Amino acid sequence: MTKPKTSSTECVHAGAKPVELSGPIITPIVHCAPFAFDSTAQVIEFQEGRSDRRQPEYGRMGNPTVVCVENRLAALEAAERAVLFSSGMAAITSLLLTVLKSGDHVVMTRDAYRRTREFTASFMKKFGVDVTLVEPSLCAIESAITPATRMIFSESPTNPYLNVLDVEGLGRMGQHRGLLTAVDSTFATPFNIRPIEFGIDVVIHSATKYLGGHNDLIAGYIAGRQELLQPLAEMRSNLGGICDPNTAFLLERGVKTLALRMERHNTSGQALAEFLEAHPKVERVYYPGLASHPHYEIAKAQMAGFGGVVSFEIDGDLNRTSRFIDRLELPHLTPSLGGVESLVEQPVVMSYWQMPRDEREKLGLKDNLVRYSLGVEEIDDIVSDVAQALDGI
Amino acid sequence: MRLKTRLIHHPGSVCEHTGAVSPPIYQVSTFKQTGVNRHKGFEYSRGENPTRRVLEQYIADLEGGVDGFAFASGMAAISACFMQLRAGDHIVATEGLYGGTFRVLSRVFERFNLTYTYVDTNDQEAVERAFQDNTRMLYLETPSNPLMVITDIGRMAGLAHSRNALVVVDNTFMSPYLQRPLELGADLSVHSASKFIGGHSDVIAGLVVTKDKKISSGIKQIQVSVGGILGPQDSWLLVRGMKTLGVRLRQAQESAQAIALWLCSRSEIEQVYYPGLDGHPRAQIHRRQADGGGAILSFRLRSSIDVDKFLTSLEIWTLAVSLGAVESIITQPSRMTHASYPSELRERIGVTDHVVRLSVGLEDVDDLIADLENGLNGAAS
Repeated sequence: MTKPKTSSTECVHAGAKPVELSGPIITPIVHCAPFAFDSTAQVIEFQEGRSDRRQPEYGRMGNPTVVCVENRLAALEAAERAVLFSSGMAAITSLLLTVLKSGDHVVMTRDAYRRTREFTASFMKKFGVDVTLVEPSLCAIESAITPATRMIFSESPTNPYLNVLDVEGLGRMGQHRGLLTAVDSTFATPFNIRPIEFGIDVVIHSATKYLGGHNDLIAGYIAGRQELLQPLAEMRSNLGGICDPNTAFLLERGVKTLALRMERHNTSGQALAEFLEAHPKVERVYYPGLASHPHYEIAKAQMAGFGGVVSFEIDGDLNRTSRFIDRLELPHLTPSLGGVESLVEQPVVMSYWQMPRDEREKLGLKDNLVRYSLGVEEIDDIVSDVAQALDGI
Repeated sequence: MRLKTRLIHHPGSVCEHTGAVSPPIYQVSTFKQTGVNRHKGFEYSRGENPTRRVLEQYIADLEGGVDGFAFASGMAAISACFMQLRAGDHIVATEGLYGGTFRVLSRVFERFNLTYTYVDTNDQEAVERAFQDNTRMLYLETPSNPLMVITDIGRMAGLAHSRNALVVVDNTFMSPYLQRPLELGADLSVHSASKFIGGHSDVIAGLVVTKDKKISSGIKQIQVSVGGILGPQDSWLLVRGMKTLGVRLRQAQESAQAIALWLCSRSEIEQVYYPGLDGHPRAQIHRRQADGGGAILSFRLRSSIDVDKFLTSLEIWTLAVSLGAVESIITQPSRMTHASYPSELRERIGVTDHVVRLSVGLEDVDDLIADLENGLNGAAS
């Protein structure tokens, strides 16, 4: 027998064949950057759009795992197409950069995730895009529209006050005015509302939240019609904020239990909101499922449920509210929401601590506001923990 | 410690909690705080993730920068650099930039009133002519893609700094193993880490390294608000890939040098573009600022050669975009990486259909040359 002699060529290529799939029911994770062609002729056919091949030449433009997950998300949203990004913010910023250009104007609701508002007000402004922040109502939105307006952007429900928009009315307004309507539906998920079915052009999600559902990934997506999503997919190829295949896989795995989790979030959210509303140490509760909520009727008409985020104001100042939070034993003290674990935060401390108080107040953010994101723990445990924390202050 | 040692022993290479010699993958979005705003430096993974931080400190250490930033792709990293500017600003950039960079400037940033001029960035007079009152950035690729034109980073950085412009170098072709732009005077170094740094064709990622804290804060702002971040799994794969960056690149470079010399001897080849060749017009400059010619080279086939036939007759070379992998990759830039260029501009900068780019991998160099030889023999008419 001769001594073995393994060459580098063998190490790289020996026995390598493209995977032949034989019906795995789980989407495979394809960790791959370049996707090969058989011939130059095939490259040219692909470049000219004449081939059946759908896989682009490079993973930044599209990855098979990511595409499988995008197809599922599109189906859940009743949309023609979904495009996945490396974060909710990558989704939002890519959308703004796709739709707008220097000289354009966008109407955005004031009650919104801080980073979305800041990106529009500072970064987009730097590049010549104007924004008007308005109260989350159709009236306020309509009166802010100018001849330069190209887009209306709102969350529904909003963060952190859970304002709910009449999305059907918003969709109609957009169609009537010829403006693109975009709704960030992160707090609702497609389980509670599918904004596309109400005539909204594009729906946005931080999939980090309920869609992933396990506090273990960062991702975002946008769903809508193919004609709107194709330029967005091209923008993603250009700006490069893509979702990696491993994250896409985890997201799909999370989505399988979305309905189970959302049912629990909806019933637990309602129960906690009702408990808090009846409690003497709580000044005010914001939850669209309460009859006292200003948008209760429209929320009930358009949504299947109201999710697991309950915001409320403690009867007391900043420090008393912090004491309440620090007494809670069950939820983790951390930003984010939508996971199986309950999370809690005091927005002015967690997200707005650097902002002067008068500016915080201009945004309507009160020192005694608490945002509680219910997980899927037993509701009795959640409520009794909140009760003991309230009793202790 | 020397670079090859720092490739193995780097900040975060050993987990301080367990002693694991491979950093753990923190698959997590959010971090528990012990009291309001009392945490261990991690709040939310878009801002900071422990696995990503190991990678970011690793690349900053290798490139001699203060901070590193990991992005979802090289284009997300490059876009973050352009997002440091504002409407009305102007960029001077290397002629023949990577097609993706060209595309993001023309299709995205142009709409937001960023303007740019492409020049041969080693031609001092041309660069000075291109500078305007509103020029805020000099963006360099050296060697350039695909024709391997060399720019003197130190000299051009001096010129740009005297005009108050930031200097960005796309260091993808060289990697920190061969060239460290910040040490040469650049302010930012960017990478498509999908290439040599990852090295295995299995990750899409980008990196930015900054020279000072002020620049870091601008990049950090974009990373966290635009959100084109790299996930923990891919961060870990890059760290894994970087351990072998030195051995991979040394081998690939040695093979590239041999292939370049062999191509020079072939009558089917009109010109070879490789800065490791003595005949390269700017070989001296390149040698001063880099530790070798690298593993990428391009060549121009004579017009009598059937390019399609040549490309499709190869057996070991993979016809694909991308580069810097263990597999040797062959690309026709005019129809693949530079397809976004208008054809007249492509012609002007010399990226015609007869230009072929090689990314030399780790196969046996004799096999690689034999494969090219078969291809050339069959394609000569």
